[in-house]
Formats: sequence, C-alpha cells, structure tokens
Amino acid sequence: MALIEARNVTIRIPTEDGVVHAANSVSFSVEEGELFGIAGESGSGKSVLMQAIAGLLPGAEIEGEVLFDGHDMLTMSEAERRALRGAQIGMIFQDPLSSLHPFYTIGSQIAEMIHAHEKVDKTEARRRVVEMLERVGIAEADKRYEAYPHEFSGGMRQRVMIAMALILRPPLIIADEPTTALDVTVQAQIVELLDEMRRSFGTTVIMITHDLGLLSSVADHVMVMYAGTRLEIGATGALFAMPTHPYTLGLLRSSPAADSDGRALIPIAGKPPSLLARPRGCVFAPRCAQATDLCHMSPPPLRRYSDATEALCHFTASLPEAAPVSELATSPPASRKSGRYVVEASGLSLTYRTKKGFGRAVENQVLNGVDLTVRKGETLGLVGESGCGKSTLARVLAGLAVPTDGEVKIQGEPIASLTAARWRAMRRRVQMVFQDPFGSLNPRRRVGAIISDPLRIHDIGTAATRKARVQELMEIVGLNPEHFNRFPSEFSGGQRQRIGIARALALEPALIILDEPVSALDVSIQAQILNLLQALQRDLGLTYLFISHDLSVVRHICDRIAVMDKGQIVESASAEKLFGAPEHPFTRELLGATHHPPALTGVDTRSLIAETPFMTQEALV
Amino acid sequence: MIAFLTRRLSFGVLVLFTLSAFVFLLFYVAPGDPARMIAGEKATAQQLAQIRENLGLDRPILVQYASFLGDALRGDLGFSYRNQQPVVDLIVRRIPVTVSLVLGGVVVWLAIGIPIGIMSARFAGGLRDRLGQVFILIGLSFPTFVLGMLALYTLYFLPRKNGVVLFPPGGYAPLLDDPLKWAWHLTLPWLTLALVTAAIYARLTRGQLLSVLGEDYIRTARAKGLSERRVIYKHGMRATLTALVTQLGADIAVMLGGVIVIEQVYGLQGVGSMAVQAVRNQDRPIIIGVVLLGGLFIVISNILVDLLYAALDPRTR
Repeated sequence: MALIEARNVTIRIPTEDGVVHAANSVSFSVEEGELFGIAGESGSGKSVLMQAIAGLLPGAEIEGEVLFDGHDMLTMSEAERRALRGAQIGMIFQDPLSSLHPFYTIGSQIAEMIHAHEKVDKTEARRRVVEMLERVGIAEADKRYEAYPHEFSGGMRQRVMIAMALILRPPLIIADEPTTALDVTVQAQIVELLDEMRRSFGTTVIMITHDLGLLSSVADHVMVMYAGTRLEIGATGALFAMPTHPYTLGLLRSSPAADSDGRALIPIAGKPPSLLARPRGCVFAPRCAQATDLCHMSPPPLRRYSDATEALCHFTASLPEAAPVSELATSPPASRKSGRYVVEASGLSLTYRTKKGFGRAVENQVLNGVDLTVRKGETLGLVGESGCGKSTLARVLAGLAVPTDGEVKIQGEPIASLTAARWRAMRRRVQMVFQDPFGSLNPRRRVGAIISDPLRIHDIGTAATRKARVQELMEIVGLNPEHFNRFPSEFSGGQRQRIGIARALALEPALIILDEPVSALDVSIQAQILNLLQALQRDLGLTYLFISHDLSVVRHICDRIAVMDKGQIVESASAEKLFGAPEHPFTRELLGATHHPPALTGVDTRSLIAETPFMTQEALV
Repeated sequence: MIAFLTRRLSFGVLVLFTLSAFVFLLFYVAPGDPARMIAGEKATAQQLAQIRENLGLDRPILVQYASFLGDALRGDLGFSYRNQQPVVDLIVRRIPVTVSLVLGGVVVWLAIGIPIGIMSARFAGGLRDRLGQVFILIGLSFPTFVLGMLALYTLYFLPRKNGVVLFPPGGYAPLLDDPLKWAWHLTLPWLTLALVTAAIYARLTRGQLLSVLGEDYIRTARAKGLSERRVIYKHGMRATLTALVTQLGADIAVMLGGVIVIEQVYGLQGVGSMAVQAVRNQDRPIIIGVVLLGGLFIVISNILVDLLYAALDPRTR
C-alpha cells in the first residue's frame, strides 16, 4: 500500500516578481518501506514540493491531493498537519549546522520533539534521546546531550538531525539533500546510517537530491523533476540503464562520473528556465537536443512504458548516433606540458593563532610541510575534504597569505624576496577563480568594469583598448560581448562563473588557481564550464591548479592529482594512476566513498504501452 | 573569565582616565573665565586673582590636572563654582531622579516596542505589519520635545481645563516616601521616553526577528510540529535576544548619563538638567563630574553586555 500518494499537486508561490510556478501537476506514490528518490537541479521545485506538502511554506498556494495514510494532507487543518509533522513525518535538511538552533543543546532540541507530541516526563524523554543518539553513532551520548551544535563536526550534526527525525519513530522521513553539505567520506557514512535506520525501523524515506549517483545506489524508485514538472518516474535500475526522457539522459551524460577520461562532457545547453512564466509546450524544449517544433508548440503527453516508467515527452529518448562534439573536444589532452615549472613550492607550513572566547589562544596548523610543483600547460588537481587546507594552500600560492615556513617560487622566482614593484608584476602571473559566483562578484558594478579591473589596476591600455579587450574576453568565455554594461545579477550562475574566468584571463596569467569553480553549479551547467576550461587551456596554453572536493570532476579535467589531508599532501600521481591504483589509505577511502551512476547501457527493453494527454492545471482552467 | 574581567576593568579605567584628561584640556583651551563667573561683573582684578588662587586656577595645567586626579581617586570631584557644594553630593542627589526615569522608561518601552516588533515580523507585509510600521515611523520622526509637549497638552492641560487632574505637569516624588506618588509623577515622562525609544526597539525587533524567521533552524522547529507560538517565542525570540541586549545596554548607559530633553520638559531635577545648567554656568567641576559619570555608566554597561552575551550565545564562550 502506498504510504504517501500525491495526485496532481500544483504549487504557486506569489512573490514580488510575480507568481512562481513551483510545481505543476506532480503525481507520485511511495510504497511503505521503500527509498524514493527525487532528483533535479536547483530550481526544479523538488524541495519546494515536499516542504509545501508538509505545510512548511505558509505563503504557497497548493492544489491537488496528498494522501498520507489515507488522509488528504492538503485539506486537513493546520493543527492536524502540525500533529503529523515530527510524529508521522520526520524531516532532515541539507545543512545540519544552520538547521539546528545555535543556542540550545542538541539534547534539549531532540527532547523538545518528544514533548511536542507526547506527554512524557523529563527524565524519560532524556533517556530516550540518549538511547537514540547512541543508535545513530554519537559516542558518550549522555555527556554529549548537553553539547551545542557548534561543538560537533558536520557529520555528527547530521547524525543529530537524523536522531531528531527518528526519535518518534515516524513512518516517513523526508531527507532534503541530507549529504550535500558534507564531505564525501562523511556522505557515505550518513547514507549508510539512513539506510540502516530505514531497515531497522521499517521507515519509508523520500530522499531529495541533485546527486544522481547517490540515488542510483540506494533508491528503489526515482522521480526526475525539472522546472516544477515531473519529467520522468520509474524504477531505479531501468531508469539509470536507459532513461526514457531526454533530460534524464542529458543529466547522466553531463555528469563527469559517466565519463572517466578527459574527453569533453556533453552538457545540456542553455540554462534552467524562470518559473515565473509557463511555456506553451514542453518545459525542457528550449534545452533539449531532440526538440522539434511540436515540443515547443504543444504540451507533451504522458507516456507509460511496460516497466512502469512514465515520462512526459513527445518522443522516447535515444542515444544520438554520434556524440555532437567537435573534433577538438574529443582529441585527448596531448603532450602540451613543456616541462618548465610554473609553481615550485617546498616545505610550506602555515600556523594560525586564534583567540577564542575569553582569551584562550589556540594554535591551528593548517599547512604542514607541503611540497608541490605545477608544470606549464598542465592541470594539477588538488582534492581533499573541507578543512584539509587546500584553499589556504591556494591563497599562499597566490601570495594572499604568508606561510610560516617554506618557499614558493613562481616561474623560478621566490615570492618571499620580492620588492614591492616586483610583487606588482608577480600578481599578474597568478589569478584566481572562486567558488561562489554569486558572492565573488560585486553586485553594484557592471560586468565590463569587473572584467577590466585587472587591466585598470595594472594600468594596461587606454579606456578604448580595455573595452575592446573586455569584449574579446567575453567572446572567448562564451558571453555575449554586448552585455558588458549589465550587472552580475542579470546573469545566471554559470554565466557568472564565466565572468570570473574572463576576469582571471584578462592579464594572461601564467597560472590560474580555480578554487572549487563548479561546486556551486548544477550538473548540466558544470559540464559547460568544465568544457570551457579545457578548451581555453588548449587554445591559450593555460596552466591550472584545480581545487575541488569532487573526485569525478577532478579526474575528468586534471592531468595530475594531489590528495590533501590534514595540511599534508598524502599522495600525488597522474590521474589514471591515482584512480587505477591508489596507494594511500585516505585516497582509497575518498575513492570508495563516491557514488557513480552505473554506465548507460543504452539498451531499451521496454515498450510503450500508453500515451495519454497530460493536462496541466493551467490548461484545465 | 577572571582574566577577561581584569582586562576589561583595567581598560575601563583607562577610558575614564583618558576621558577626564580630554575634558580637562577642553576647558583649559575653551574661552570663558570661571573667576569672572563666580565673582560677577563688578569684581575687581584683585578679587578675580584671589578667586583664581583659591581655586588653584593660576597653577600650570598639569599641576591642576594632577591634583584633580588625586582628589578624584579619593572620591572628591571638587566643589561647584556656583554654590560651593561638593560635586559628588550634587550628583548623588540627582541620580535617583534619572535612574527612576530611565529604568521605568525601559520597562514601558520594552513592553510597547517588542510586542509591536514581533507582531510586525510575524505578519510581515500584512495589515498588522503596516500598523506597526506607522508606529515606528511616528516614534522615530517626532522630536522628543514635541512628543513631550503633546503628552503634557493632552494628558495634563486638557483634562485640567475640564477640571480633572489626571497627571501632574512634572516634578518628582522620591520612591521611598510614596511609591504611588513617585509613579504618578513619572508616568508622563516614562510615556514620552518610551514612545520615542519603543519605535527603535520595535524596528530592531522586527528586523532581527524577520531575518531569524528565515533561518533554517526555524524551518526545523516547524518541521518538529511545534506550535507557531513556540516557534516564534522559544526559537525566534531566543535568537533575537542578543541584538536587543546589546542595544539596550548601550541605550541605558547613555540615558543614565542624563536624559536632557525630557528632564527639561517635565522639570525633573536629574543629571541631564544638571548638566544643562552647569554648561550654562560654566560650572567646570560639575560638567567634568557629569561627563565622568556618563563614561562610567558606559564602561560598566559594556562589560555587563559582554558578560550577558556570553551567557546568551554559547558559541562565544
């Protein structure tokens, strides 16, 4: 029997800019005890859908039916829905630090859940909380009861969240990106814990994630959402072997994991649509490689297949005969390394002294004897978990932080001994691209000004030549040069990252340090940026230091990879060697923790059994 | 903890020391002759010289300052030029009035401001929010003396014209003599002080609470199935408290140093009105005393706020 069944759920959220169509006639049903995955990129409406159903979005207008245990959650009173939350439906959110109240102890926050739904005395509640904390793997649970969230690590906090969600043994748990904010090795532990709890308590889990690899390994059924619309739903195995919808296929083909060597990824062109307007035809048509006039003109029908897969499409997805990639893109990264060192770092150490609270001094050794070289024309990947010191290393190499010990040479020149004037010149040779394309561009300045900043600072050219150079750079990174007068807010995440890259390119640096350049971007956009970086390297002979926590991305783009742990480089080898025969235990742990979607078989054993018109709510009105 | 307190206290002493030196220097370079102020227009040059000698004004400034410091450390801030009374006695006599005004006002303005702020934030964008915003706008844009006059006119003058005495027009009755009379006398000043300040607290509460309500942990609280009341008060206001405490500490400290306008409007003989008279009379010892008193309150309140902050926010411990 279905534990929760949604029928034609449509969600509209009125905002200042207009009505956001967050979900459009979405139906799904989750069987008792299964793990149901909802996949989609940011803005696909997957989180909004579940939060609105749980009644956590007071501003949303929601239509349709959501039967939980036979009762319609959308027509029940707020009090009834509140009684369901926590007791019947537990929720786990993405960022456990911000999702836990900073001012209350974790024990009291979990106990509060019990007191909200049951009449239990304090000692009994505490006993139950401690017991649950032990079950989710918190050592010395009785003592840790009094600890505050900031005293836990990310993974431990997520364990606390899971304990909180499970404390009343709800039949359903909604996990909204439960592992996204965590390190890979921790991710694996958390997924394992969720799976184990699901088995031992018989809990049904709805897991919302953008990580298809993760779903492929744990989910029973998967629903793929795009622009508030359910494009495909089906059993995990069949769906990952050969999707029926071109979007799912595109997602799988654009994720670096599917393509282990350095060949160009096949990105999904364009960007996710605004949810303010509803297109007449298929929501995915503007980005779909298979789209025809029909797709743009009329809403797609619902196609049901023999294996119970359902897709919202005029056609059945098919693997193109030949991948539409240029010859250049397919040629493997050839021997372009000239052998000259761009970066030589030896024995780098950095220790921070911080004062905490009432004046206790704490020493924190961030870098501990790092040796590193980067040759001209190559891409060195630097991987490691958060806090391992990789970003600090980048700052040291860029001259933004001074090491306590050790030496950095850029093109053979030790940067510690530079005079002020030489320093200025040196700055031109190392440029950085940052992770957050939203936070690292000044929102009040025009894009042209941002890109030409380096030129202006180093006093290169006249206003007219600078403008010409900016437009040339915009052209190179795939932006419309006409848009130099616009503000960053008028660009999407991927486009903003292109702006950051153009800015880094302006001075023709010897080294570009890319600090997590794609981790804030959706898979389909990630692929576009990774391809751009590779093309630029080929055409301009660039040297990259590519920092990432994402092994599949690093493997895809890097020639050599250095693995960092606790301020040290524990292993450094060519990409093939590191992935083929990892030597250090930490590298093996990292590799083992990553989920990859299974390879596309391309074999389609299903047959179409029905095609019915799919009426959206808009169409019915 | 001990180290923290010692550090903050010694820093506070340094602040007061610097403040006293600064005020002292200010009067030394400022125009105006205290001897002339004391002796009056008709005093002879000899009389003036005599007065200067008595006051020690003929000595070099460093010597004057050193002797002032020495006395101050013994709790002696000198004598008023005007009526020869000890400055410390004068100030101590005035403090109860100002403290009564401020502490009573605090209660009233928090009782008005915080609920309005909560209501505004909770129903952001709705009618109740707009009413709250109107209140905030009025409180922030009316000058204190206008509000004071309005209160006097509507609650004292108009009723009295019709033969009813609702409130007295001003004055002060000591708390210990007659608590009811004390409160009755201070009601209008409290209201006036509270209306102006409540607007600031309503705005602060609204802004802080609105941003807190957007936090992920509020979503968690709702996902737990807690009642909206509990979500707002236990989870939302708890996080808003730190900002309110910081603002409150600063405001109380500044006001204890004298609530100038309201003391003037209602004829309250508090520290503020004393400061105004002292400035008018060029009564240097009193001005220095009042400035040091204000500085002392600010130093103490900063230390208290820091301690409270640590108690409220476990992350800063």
